[in-house]
This record gives sequence, C-alpha cells and structure tokens, in this order.
Amino acid sequence: MTPLSSGALSISDGQLALSGLLILVNVGLSAALRLGLGRSLLLASVRMVVQLLLVGFVLEWLFRQDQAPLIVLVGAAMAMIAGVSAVQRTRHRFLGIYRNSLLSVMASSALVTGLAVTGLIQPQPWYNPQYLIPLLGMVLGNTLNGISLGLDRFMEGLRSGRDQVETDLALGATRWEACQSVVRDAIRVAMIPTINAMMVMGLVSLPGMMTGQILQGAAPAAAVRYQIVILFMIASATALGVFGVVGLAYGRLTSTEHQLRLDRLVKLGGQG
Amino acid sequence: MPSHPAALDRSLLLRAHGLQRRLGDRLLWSQLDLELAGGDRLGLVAPSGAGKTLLLRTLALLDPPQAGTFSLLGRAPAAWGLPRWRAMVSYLAQRPVAGGGTVEANLRAPWRFRERRGGDGWSYGRITNWLAALGREPSFLSYDAERLSGGELQLLALLRALQFDPTVLLLDEPTASLDGATTAAVEALLIVWLAAGARAAVLISHDGEQIQRFASRTLELQP
Repeated sequence: MTPLSSGALSISDGQLALSGLLILVNVGLSAALRLGLGRSLLLASVRMVVQLLLVGFVLEWLFRQDQAPLIVLVGAAMAMIAGVSAVQRTRHRFLGIYRNSLLSVMASSALVTGLAVTGLIQPQPWYNPQYLIPLLGMVLGNTLNGISLGLDRFMEGLRSGRDQVETDLALGATRWEACQSVVRDAIRVAMIPTINAMMVMGLVSLPGMMTGQILQGAAPAAAVRYQIVILFMIASATALGVFGVVGLAYGRLTSTEHQLRLDRLVKLGGQG
Repeated sequence: MPSHPAALDRSLLLRAHGLQRRLGDRLLWSQLDLELAGGDRLGLVAPSGAGKTLLLRTLALLDPPQAGTFSLLGRAPAAWGLPRWRAMVSYLAQRPVAGGGTVEANLRAPWRFRERRGGDGWSYGRITNWLAALGREPSFLSYDAERLSGGELQLLALLRALQFDPTVLLLDEPTASLDGATTAAVEALLIVWLAAGARAAVLISHDGEQIQRFASRTLELQP
C-alpha cells in the first residue's frame, strides 16, 4: 500500500493562494479582448477550489472507514451522479432515459471496478477505499463521457436518418436491420475519445493519476503499470456502458412492431 | 396487357376496420373502413392536412395504430409479422429516400433484408424492361443515387417497391416531380402491373385529373 502522507512536498496555504494568482492571466486576457468571461472564470475558480478542498476532507474521512456497506454506498452515489450527468448534455430526452443511463453506468462500472479490485489489483480488503474510490472515479468520469456522446449521437442519428430508417422498414426490414447503421455509428463515436486517449497516452498526455503517483515518490515504472490497468478498465467500462445505454435507447425508440417511435422523444429547450 | 379483365382476381386482399387517427387533439378521421380487392385502384380524396399520408402510413403499420383492426388475405398483422406485412403492403413515401451508391445498389439493398431472403432476387431484365417503359436507358442503373433529381428518385422508389410484387401498393404522390410524359408512362406501367396478379393500389395525388384517370373508385376522408 502506498503511504498517503509521504513523498511529495506539501503545499502551504500561502503557496496555494499564490497559485490562484495564475487565474489573473485569464481574467486579464478576458478584459483585454472583452471576452466577457471574467465572471464565469472567477465563479469557476472559486467552485473548483471549494469543491476540491471539501473533497479532500471527505476523502480523508472516507479513507479512515473500514465498513464495506458504507464505502459501496459512497461508490453508488458517485455512479448515480455520473449517470444523471451523462444525460444532462443530450439534446433530446425520452421517458426512462435517466433510468437507462443509471443502469448502464452502474452495471458497467460495478462490473469492471469489481473485477479490478477482486482480481487484478487485489487490495486488502477489496473495498479498501484508498483504491476502490479513485479507481471507480476514473472509470465513471470516462464512462460518463462515452454514454453522453453515444446517447446524443443515437437520438440525433435516428432523427436525421428517420426517412431512411422508415424507408427500410417500409421495404420489409426488421427494426434492427433498419437501425443498425445508426446504432453502430453511435457506439463508434462514443468510443473515439477513449481510443484517442490510448493512442497518444504517454506521448502527448501524462495522465493525472500517474503524475500524482510519481510526485508521491512512486517509481515511474510502477506508476505506468497502474495506468495501463486503469486504461483497460476505462476502455472496457466505457464500451459496456455505451453498449448498454444505446441498446436500451434503441429498445425505447423502436417497438416490437418494428416501428420507429420518435414520438417518444422530447426536445429540450435551453441546454446545448 | 390486361386484355382479359374477366381473369382479374377480385378476391379481398386488405381489410381495415374502425380506423381512427388523432393528431394532438385534432381528430383527423374516425370510424374509417376500407377494403381492397384484387385490381382495385383506390384514390384518396381530401384537402391538405386531412391525414391522407397518415392513412397510408397507418395501413403500412408504420405508426402505432390508435384504433381499428387490420387483415391481409384474412390474417392479422401479428400473424404475418410486421416486416412481412410491410413487404406485402408496400408504402412509397412522398419524399423518397435513397442510400449511398448507384441506383442498382439501391435496388439490390432491400433484397438483403431477412424478409426478402429466399426471394427471386434482383432481376436485371425485369428492371430494365420497366425502365424502357418509363423512357429510361439501362444506364440509369449506374447513376449515383444521391445525385438523382426529385423525379428520378421517385422512379427509383417505385421500381424498388415494384420488384417485390407487393400485394398492396400505397402510393403517396408518386409522380409529383415527374413530367407529363413520364407520369403517363408510370400510370400505364402501374395498370399493367396491377393486372398481372391479385394486387391493389391506393393513390394520393394533388392532381385531380390523375385521380380521375387512374382510380377505379375514390375514398373521401372526413372526421
């Protein structure tokens, strides 16, 4: 187990405040170019600082816990937030979309993270929050993006391809035959960020977790191994989650009578 | 040519009973009964927005039916299976759509559907005969389907449906983008095709004269 409080130089309150001055670069730029971003920049900065400081306290408390149900409950709450957020970015909705998203996020992340802590990394005990929570967090963050992209692409694909889908149906296609190109496209698009990330991993991006471990004093070669495991977890959880959520949306927006049910879609005002 | 009208199979093909359609809180039509026998050419007559297209979509079961019962050759849709039903009750949309590739690729594509496998398959000879009747060269088959004009797209959609010899053909403004000569050729082709088996057609047209020329009877839609 890596010790929590050794290794990296600690950052004092004064140093933390000093780093905040860096945001003045953005504020200055916004003022000079009249971007009108000053308020949002400040708000975002304050939110970031407050949220992270709070999370620091919460994690310190959480890492002292040793009761499986409590830790699993925290994990489930994280998954719920991810499932709900994934839907927030879509342009259309249908009844049950939140349930579908929650189901897909929870099932895929529980399966993959569960396999990782029981079979791959094997912390003692398996619910050791110092491992379970960060691993789950990384898996969720990426699954969320995939699900969001996949859902949005699928719904928009059905809308724009509606005439083609119904032409195929009218020619005797089953709903799967008529929709499969839209389904495939949605899953493909949802997987692109994950594949891109793996392609340039280490060359363009040094992932946060690895950087953290290295600052903490871990040997880079060991940190890299964690990163590899994490990326495979992310890739498989994203694939499962996207497959699940697009599959469920397909079931909802078509019928067993092989009809396209776009009447079940509701356009959302506001949110882009 | 249909030189022996007595040989026409006049048996009942399609029956729809008690149909109703609402759009929002507007009742488009209700208590609608419709029967099609072999050789029938039914013209739908109603002002714009009265739900003519929706009636054709309803008969093809592309929308969830709001009320009513359907049967084709005495069997209910569920007994046929919906893809089979739509293979036999073929709906041609007002604005036809073609996928990527050539006209030929588009004519071949639906043969790959599970419902169509085991059929005769695409027939070059049959299609080119029809093309000739419509005043088009066989080279039409190699055109890029995404660059067809609106009228050419309608011809593609017509042949795409006709090649499967559906029992009922639902035509939604099938010649709206065609010139007069080709329109006449399409009507003549349809009449020959209809006479060649136990088949019927329903026609929507904004052109009252076309309804008069083509339809053997008409149905007026009203709420």
